[in-house]
Amino acid sequence: MVAKNNTKNINITFENISKSFGVVKANQNVNLDIYEGEILALLGENGSGKTTLMNMLSGIYYPDEGNIYVKGEKVNIASPKDAFSYHIGMIHQHFKLIDVFTSLENIVLGIESNVSKKQKWSYFFKNFYKKKEDRETKYIDRASVKDARPIVQEICDKYGFILDLDKKVYDMSVSEKQTLEIVKTLYRGADILILDEPTAVLTPIEIDKLFNVLRNMKNDGKSIIIITHKLNEVMEISDRVAVLRKGECIGSVVTKNTNEAELTEMMVGEKIELNIKRDEPVNPVDRLIVKDLECKNEDGREILHDVSFTARSGEILGIAGISGSGQKELLETIAGLIKGSSGEITYINPKTDKEVNLRSKSPAQIRDLGVRLSFVPEDRLGMGLVGNMDLVDNMMLRSYRKSKSHLVDRKKPTELANEVVNELGVSTPSIHTSVRKLSGGNVQKVLVGREIASHPKVLMVAYPVRGLDINSSYLIYNLLNEQKKKGTAIIYVGEDLDVLIALSDRILVIGDGEVRGLVDARKTTKREIGLLMTKKNEGGLDDDK
Amino acid sequence: MIFFNTILPSAISIATIFLFGCVGEIIMEKSGHLNLGIPGVMCFGTLGGCVGVSIFMSSYSSDPLSAPWFGLVLISLLFSALFSLIAGLIYAFLTVTLKCNQNVTGLALTTFGGGVVDLFMSTIDKSYFSYASKIIRYHLPFADSLGAFGKIFFGHGILVYLGIVIALITAFILKKTRVGLSLRSIGENPATADAQGINVTKYKYGAILIGSIIAGFGGLFYVMDYVGGSWENSGTIQAFGWLALALVIFTVWRPSLAIIGSIIFGLFFILPSYVSGISFVTMKVLKILPYVITVIVLIITSIVGKKGVQPPSSLGQSYFREER
Amino acid sequence: MMTNKLFKNKEPLFHVVKRTDIPSWKAWLFRGGAILFGILIICLLLLIMKGANPFVVFGELFNGCFGSSRRTWLTFRQTALLLTVGLALIPAFKMKFWNLGANGQILIGALVSIMCMFYMGKAGVNDAVIIIVMIPLSILAGAIWAVIPAIFKAYFDTNESLFTLMMNYIAEGLVAVFLSAAVTSGSGTLDIQQAGNLPRLGNDHLLTIIVSIVLLVVMFIYLKYHKHGYELEVVGESQNTAKYVGINVKKVVIRTLILSGAICGLVGLLLAGAIDHTISTTTANNMGFTAIMVAWLAKFNPFLMVGTSFIITFLGRGMSQVQTRFDITNDSISDIAIGLVYFAIIAVEFFVSYKVVFRKKAPHIEVKEQNNLVTETKEDK
Repeated sequence: MVAKNNTKNINITFENISKSFGVVKANQNVNLDIYEGEILALLGENGSGKTTLMNMLSGIYYPDEGNIYVKGEKVNIASPKDAFSYHIGMIHQHFKLIDVFTSLENIVLGIESNVSKKQKWSYFFKNFYKKKEDRETKYIDRASVKDARPIVQEICDKYGFILDLDKKVYDMSVSEKQTLEIVKTLYRGADILILDEPTAVLTPIEIDKLFNVLRNMKNDGKSIIIITHKLNEVMEISDRVAVLRKGECIGSVVTKNTNEAELTEMMVGEKIELNIKRDEPVNPVDRLIVKDLECKNEDGREILHDVSFTARSGEILGIAGISGSGQKELLETIAGLIKGSSGEITYINPKTDKEVNLRSKSPAQIRDLGVRLSFVPEDRLGMGLVGNMDLVDNMMLRSYRKSKSHLVDRKKPTELANEVVNELGVSTPSIHTSVRKLSGGNVQKVLVGREIASHPKVLMVAYPVRGLDINSSYLIYNLLNEQKKKGTAIIYVGEDLDVLIALSDRILVIGDGEVRGLVDARKTTKREIGLLMTKKNEGGLDDDK
Repeated sequence: MIFFNTILPSAISIATIFLFGCVGEIIMEKSGHLNLGIPGVMCFGTLGGCVGVSIFMSSYSSDPLSAPWFGLVLISLLFSALFSLIAGLIYAFLTVTLKCNQNVTGLALTTFGGGVVDLFMSTIDKSYFSYASKIIRYHLPFADSLGAFGKIFFGHGILVYLGIVIALITAFILKKTRVGLSLRSIGENPATADAQGINVTKYKYGAILIGSIIAGFGGLFYVMDYVGGSWENSGTIQAFGWLALALVIFTVWRPSLAIIGSIIFGLFFILPSYVSGISFVTMKVLKILPYVITVIVLIITSIVGKKGVQPPSSLGQSYFREER
Repeated sequence: MMTNKLFKNKEPLFHVVKRTDIPSWKAWLFRGGAILFGILIICLLLLIMKGANPFVVFGELFNGCFGSSRRTWLTFRQTALLLTVGLALIPAFKMKFWNLGANGQILIGALVSIMCMFYMGKAGVNDAVIIIVMIPLSILAGAIWAVIPAIFKAYFDTNESLFTLMMNYIAEGLVAVFLSAAVTSGSGTLDIQQAGNLPRLGNDHLLTIIVSIVLLVVMFIYLKYHKHGYELEVVGESQNTAKYVGINVKKVVIRTLILSGAICGLVGLLLAGAIDHTISTTTANNMGFTAIMVAWLAKFNPFLMVGTSFIITFLGRGMSQVQTRFDITNDSISDIAIGLVYFAIIAVEFFVSYKVVFRKKAPHIEVKEQNNLVTETKEDK
């Protein structure tokens, strides 16, 4: 390792970088070197400060303390423009594209012209009166939409990108948008390329292609930083791994000399013994039967295709899949937020055994039918809670309508808020604090606490431990297990396969909006699920085989 | 024939007030700033122009009509621009740098502008304004001999042509140039534009200041050309300012369409006074039409929902890079 | 490469971050200072232009508002009116619906009242009947004027700021149409209407003041304790959350704007039936816009709005007295004063919600050592 470092030059140095947002310390005294011609994986759990750190390199944020050096010289990256001038380019997880512009317009947007005004005018005066064939060869202005076209085409051809240069962004698929983002950064001549979770939205073939491009660029002497939390990708593509934990840089290791277990240990701080207690389901009966569900998005594109499965009482049904495969839409369709276009969602009332079809009913209608359905959405502050309201007002979001009076009753919600705070150990100054001011884990406790308080018969949770520390995560797992014991049918959408396998009873694997398989969580392996997730569909599997 | 001889030429004349205001506002809105202070900005432009004229004419007090055309036009435009710039700076500082609510700031600017112009117009020497207006309105002598054609195309003072030229240049810049591309991207999505290395603050300031200067010319034109150098109070200018805001919607944020749009608005405005046999009531009804039509345009564009005729996506929101 | 050099040694001295922790007394001190700043600028201006003694200016300011019992009543009535318009606006604003059309909604309410008074009075209808008819009609008119943009906002997401703004001018136009039809004298102004005046309570002002106080309490309860108030706040904070909990967003938008417009219509009724007894295109006196400031400065809190509407009224009325004292014939001084105070308060809001942080330097040498340390421990492994 020492020998290797000596032959390569340091491209970037982070020195004692700290950054906080209000009371949240996103990065603390981070020290890190990035070498030329290497692929560095920046590894860490969600919320460990990876993206914040890279945002400081790309000029989105400015560090509170510390310095950044590029090629040994202290630099000051106050804006993305500064970052570009040091040949630093970042591909964000949320694409930074203008919807109403074409690919080409997006690519040249914001580029400094390489041709001086003087050059342009002198060319104009020397040539405007001449016939076309007599004119001197014109300069190439990289900032002009017209001149950029052949250059961009060349880049595309070189790496095998397929990109329609005149397509408007709002007509593009996610992977097209990512391709556009990468081409855009390449066009800017980035030497240091940062990719934030680039594989989350890609198919395995696309991932392979991406990795090939990255390797080519590495061989050109460029530095590539991949932000990720997927260990297999780290092992496959990176030369070196830097691990962040809770905003601090734990250290860096050469990929060859390490293994997944060591990395995981660095990432979480201790060996993860996924010790989730799992009881056998007690007399499971069918509670929610989804049959041939189809759903289209606003543009009329099909998001869910023929989805069928059954959720049973006293059982946790895990849902696995690459993110963006339709998990969000599936839950939102069941909850009545999106109208399914066809199929059936049947809820079987445990008291009366009556069946009700929930498809195309609004959340209010579903509630009025006496369906006890709770939903912990992925977007906690944007959907599950109101950030600027206090705990009490958030507690009554789901229940305020129950009383017959025109006025809202804050007595019960206050009691509930106190209960949730005490029982789930929510750390908050008071129950009258805006939930926006709480940390991620506490926000989630408030949300889950409220959803459980209504004694649901069906409980849907989407990525409930995302961004949470280990302790909070276990608290959530325990809560779910308690609900399971009470006979609730739980649908758990998760991203961590280890957790899914340890917690669920059955796991439904979906991909591209289709059911790819249903496995027994007690017998399956990560490998099996991974294969189901990524394989091309050859006709849906019957779920109750 | 009266339409081409009299009505259309004077419609074009009044249209110029809207045109300046509208083009100025379009530039600002393309940067994501809904400036409800346009009427106030136009007041500042008026005051500036009048101060300039007053200073310039004071050196020709013996024979006011001998004042040179070029000098007068230049000075009045310069002063108008200077004063509008101050108004623009106030708005830009508050909404861009201090990220204040745009609606509130704009309305405050309108109140403030009205007060300032009313106060200071009473203190400046207006005695040569009518002469100055005659000079500024000067048009090519052969226009009158060409009949209606001449009146429509050559029968106006320089400021009318300036307005049209500015509108065309603005349209070209927005649509065809790099600067225009960057500016539009800021109005659509400032965070993205920022990430592309575009200096959002610089562009926003630029758009607001240039837009203010252009809008301010509308006020100058109103006093020095349209009403011939007379002055009552800020009320009328402000009314025209609001109409210019309507025109922005009517022309779906396109400066080139603003030229035609403003003439249509102008026609609505003056047509009633020319149509014989029209009742006083009908006249008043006709005056509502521009607003009604604007509302209809607004509704139709939102129902059709086609990208490209919508208001800029980030219109009215302030941009703070570290928001999270 | 030029830019490269430019940036190399330029380190920004400070940057701006959001702050959450300013004590409220400090915030209000800032705002109070802003108001004083505005008045002082006016004093300076008058000192330069008219040689006015600042103390005289201050004296006239109070004289204009409280110099006689009539002036005092007028100040309170004006405050009450402004407060009522502000109360009309807050539910919409809390829902993040930018209702810039209060002027039009007031005007249309006033127009309907005056039309009742004018046409029914002409026909010799009994006063009581006129009043019974005009009260619901004018309130309805205001509500309709507000609900039209709301419906389009709810169903087609039509930009409400621009729509309501245009509705102001349509209302103004309709008033002009009515005046041109009703006034035959050529003066263009409508005579004081005798028929259908609202009952006087002691004097011309008390009715308005009482209405505003009642509305203040009602609105406070509505926003804080009524389910509707809770719902509109959820809609304003996050439409996704509203949908998630089953709130019908369209219904809430439309319902809230009906309320907002109805109160504006009521203000129009008061203006026409109890205060002016006539109408012009400027009857609303720009209160719709002024009330936006009033509501915004009070952070949409009904009780704080009593204070903000008083301050704005105080400045407006006081400054007109100052104008008269110093022979200024138009409203310029009060407009400038109010404009300046707005600017000052708006600017102060920045320092209340953001913090300017100066950069701390990072210690250099220690850091390097620490860096090596970290790498080395890893290498030892």
